[in-house]
Amino acid sequence: MALSSTTTGETQVITVHCDRIDAAMAIQFKEDMRAQSDAGASRVILDLSTVEFIDSSGLGAIVASMKQLGDGCRLDLAGLHPVVEKVFRLTRMDTVFKLFTSLDDALTAGMD
Amino acid sequence: MACNGDMECLDLSFQAIDARASTGIALLGTRLTELGVPTHRAGDIKIALAEAINNVVEHAYADIPPAAIRVKCCLCRDQLEVQILDTGNPMPGLQVPDGVPASVETTRQNLPEGGFGWFLIRQLTSEIRYERQEGRNLLFLRFDLTDMS
Repeated sequence: MALSSTTTGETQVITVHCDRIDAAMAIQFKEDMRAQSDAGASRVILDLSTVEFIDSSGLGAIVASMKQLGDGCRLDLAGLHPVVEKVFRLTRMDTVFKLFTSLDDALTAGMD
Repeated sequence: MACNGDMECLDLSFQAIDARASTGIALLGTRLTELGVPTHRAGDIKIALAEAINNVVEHAYADIPPAAIRVKCCLCRDQLEVQILDTGNPMPGLQVPDGVPASVETTRQNLPEGGFGWFLIRQLTSEIRYERQEGRNLLFLRFDLTDMS
């Protein structure tokens, strides 16, 4: 599971470099997200634009990652492919996370 | 399956472990598109099949050595019929779980991290049947491809 991260001010962008987050990599994803966590960030944007598929284990790993961040930091999701967005919508996790079409949209929305 | 017209089928087997299931599901997605499943439904079908296959890996073979999972798909006009076969443990009570997920209207720390598998399968399929035959699990899923969802 490859993740990279950049922090600007209190916003950290974590980019996933992988085409799926599924049962085979859910635990690794959760651990890698923990390793990336930056104590100074109050907002993390997870850029999912390379992720073409997610299953319920992958969804669970993203939920777990949000819990790891603690209540002082929110986790927003950007660049969701239609299939990925559908999993969030069907499980109603789209009401828990803010979903943005692209990373640029997410960054713009954070400026107001 | 009964089919008035051309029927296109595929048959795929892989070992019931996470890594093999992951590549198997990815390959199934490609093969279903080649079979002629319309792209606007391919995503839904892939989500449902991934959940069904993951359930076999996680539950049917939970405490026994993993054997093979076989997936047979037949496309006939506007229907896709899928059979998932394994030789793992039977489903509890020989029934497909209800799949009612925990509510997401709760605090962050109490949000569910799982339990969505059967809920997703039920949302995305037109028919589900389960049979236990001679030590094998047979899960039958049907997708009506004319449905817009």
